[in-house]
Amino acid sequence: MDTLSHLADGFAIAITWQNLALALLGAALGTVMGALPGLGPSNGVAILIPLAFTLGLGATPALILLTSVYYGAMYGGRISSILLNIPGDEPAVMTCLDGYPMAKAGRAGEALSLSGIASFVGSFLATWGLILLAPQLVKIALLFGPDEYFALFALAFATLGGVSATNQAKSAFAAALGLGLAMVGVDTQTGVPRFTFGEVHLYDGIDFLVAIVGLFALSEVFVFLEHRHGGSDAAHKSMVIGRLTPSAKTLMKTAPTMLRSSVLGFIAGVLPGAGASLGAFLSYSMEKKLVDREGTFGKGDPRGVAAPEAGNNAAAGGALVPMLALGVPGSGTTAVLLAVLLSLNITPGPLLFTKNPDVVWGLIAALFIANVMLLALNIPMVGLFSRLLLIPPRILMPAVAMVSFVGIYGISGSPFDLYLMVGFGVMGWALRKLDVPLVPVILGTLLGNQMENNLRRAVTISNGDWGVLLSSPLDWILWGIAIVGFILPMVVGKVMRSRMQAARHGEAGEEMDEAD
Amino acid sequence: MIKATRLSLAALFLGASALTAVADGWMPSNPECIAPANPGGGWDFTCRQVGKVMQDEGLIDKTMQVTNLAGGGGGVAFAEVVNKRGEDNNLIVAASSSTSTRLAQNAYPGNTMDQVRWVASVGADYGVIAVAKNSPINTLPELLDKVKADPTSVAFAGGSAVGGWDHLKVLIAARADGVEDVRRVKYVAFDGGGEAVTQLLAGSVQAFTGDLSEAKGFVDSGDIKVLAVLAPERLPGEFAQFPTAKEQGIDALGANWRGFYAPKGMSDEAYNAWVDKIATLYASDEWKKVMETNGLAPLDLKGADFDKFVADSVTQIADLSRQIGIIK
Repeated sequence: MDTLSHLADGFAIAITWQNLALALLGAALGTVMGALPGLGPSNGVAILIPLAFTLGLGATPALILLTSVYYGAMYGGRISSILLNIPGDEPAVMTCLDGYPMAKAGRAGEALSLSGIASFVGSFLATWGLILLAPQLVKIALLFGPDEYFALFALAFATLGGVSATNQAKSAFAAALGLGLAMVGVDTQTGVPRFTFGEVHLYDGIDFLVAIVGLFALSEVFVFLEHRHGGSDAAHKSMVIGRLTPSAKTLMKTAPTMLRSSVLGFIAGVLPGAGASLGAFLSYSMEKKLVDREGTFGKGDPRGVAAPEAGNNAAAGGALVPMLALGVPGSGTTAVLLAVLLSLNITPGPLLFTKNPDVVWGLIAALFIANVMLLALNIPMVGLFSRLLLIPPRILMPAVAMVSFVGIYGISGSPFDLYLMVGFGVMGWALRKLDVPLVPVILGTLLGNQMENNLRRAVTISNGDWGVLLSSPLDWILWGIAIVGFILPMVVGKVMRSRMQAARHGEAGEEMDEAD
Repeated sequence: MIKATRLSLAALFLGASALTAVADGWMPSNPECIAPANPGGGWDFTCRQVGKVMQDEGLIDKTMQVTNLAGGGGGVAFAEVVNKRGEDNNLIVAASSSTSTRLAQNAYPGNTMDQVRWVASVGADYGVIAVAKNSPINTLPELLDKVKADPTSVAFAGGSAVGGWDHLKVLIAARADGVEDVRRVKYVAFDGGGEAVTQLLAGSVQAFTGDLSEAKGFVDSGDIKVLAVLAPERLPGEFAQFPTAKEQGIDALGANWRGFYAPKGMSDEAYNAWVDKIATLYASDEWKKVMETNGLAPLDLKGADFDKFVADSVTQIADLSRQIGIIK
């Protein structure tokens, strides 16, 4: 087969001692950068560009180093999500939902291993998708005009209700708050600044990382400060690490979740402007709808860890499709990779696969190598990572605060973002007190801008005719799914809940085991 | 974290750089280039490429430190340079037409172009107007006639916000062709030129306005037709196939120049040294190669000439922006 022989050539290019060493270095650095709140994949890759240049690396070794960092950061983001309830980067937000409850229940090691495996499966399948389908997949991206994008984002919000197990009204409020925050900045469709109060730092809108680090990491520190008299240290002593690897039974149970999430995540990745966060989010809410019969999602269900991790890693692979085949970056990180390719005198675009096959196949082989290396690196480290939980909060929390400040200042170099982050920290603390979930706030901020822009683009193009929102078959399909996704849980949920109640009376106490 | 990485990198390569030839005269002790945007964009690219070539050519004896200072479409960096780094001799800042556009539209609150020193340009990316390959339209006048007949029938997609450079290019062409009320030209803003081209291919919009470098890959693959390049004459090399707007009777120029400014309080010695360094860089073969592969066309302006060029472009854009009602 043609593809396989190309791939073999790619491996021949990629497998040298130097390249393997670079992949290992990249994977290790990437994992660390992903795990540190504030440093995400795009910063990670950007920081290492000068290294690649000054080492005088050729195109393929440079790409191997940088894609290892990219994939590594996608792996790493989950670590702090699970252990500390602080997402290491945007796509890892969803992993907090079930990862942290698992850690609290003494299953941190299991959650870490399982998410590592899910990451591997997601990346692995996505890389195959990239090989087999890249040229055809571009056509999917071309099916999506502004009206379809709007329907897609609306779908994401329609299924939001399912995400947080608590009060629905509160998650709707949180999402609306996020959407409101997304409006800050210069409006691209009119060029008018909104809610910027003449402050030039707000013209580009609020940086997601500032919001995430503030809402999750700093608010955690504030909560700790509030309870530091005894309470939290006492609670902390009960933290146990438990087994480090998931049982065969758990793996079997999560396997279908990983496969479904990989496919969905990959498609989300292929769409420029959707990206890994949407991939993780849709994967999680789909799984919750499909398999959460006992209502264990959000309380430490292994499937709730596997879904977003497989989803966001698959999306990372998917995002390479439009970057390589169209020259259109699907995410911040691929934008950076695109710039690297350009400075290596390689022009991504429709002709890349025929003009520079050595680069493309070398890169794809590198993805496989990095992925295997990451799995090999991450699983044995689980024991080490999970020891983090044994660090007393009085030492851990100042460290979290320090990493947050240094990370954010490192990205923007402006004190303004630090004040903003502290503001978000206070807001996060208040929202926690009110029992308002934080994840929908982030999702609203992340997706709100794109959603609004696409709506307005669609209506501008149609000269103000709102019918454009239902102008294609794909629009109808997406809206259909959105409506079903919104209504179904209300109807089915009631039936479920009454059934669950009945079941609970029968076998009280066995819930946790059942969740395995 | 980033600082530490950079410091250790710098330390790593100190050894290597000691070998490179040291040019005469003033040398920045710690060369730094501020890219007023996140990594991956045009400004970031300008800083990194210029830093690399300067080091290769021995124009600086240390690795150029690239600082990404994103925010406010470059306004955060501009304010930082004016307010806090006003005397820094080691610093240059990447700029482009977007910078002059925003200065013209007062989009950097309280800042004006004479608060910094304009150093030199390193090339220009000329604007193009393009349509999909299967579009019935083949020339720029045909497209603009359609706009004149019914402005709602043609949606232009571009990578900048409304009032941004991609938008203005269309308006410059439309005005040159005698479109009375340029406000009625329909423009849809996307996140970057790549997304805009994709939407042209997807058939959501009828025309694309952007830079030649953004469109090149799609021209090579035959997916889009370039109707006009907004350059004074046909470009060299493989770009010579594209007709200019001028030869089609529409006298419209739109160059997205790339260059640098420096702090106002920079010493004359340092300023002149940076101007000379960029001039030497511009003349080097390595830079010619960078320009060629990235679709950058010649635009060689230094010191006072560059300052005047920026001032003229600010005036022109302010005039146009007033017409379309973006500024009063």
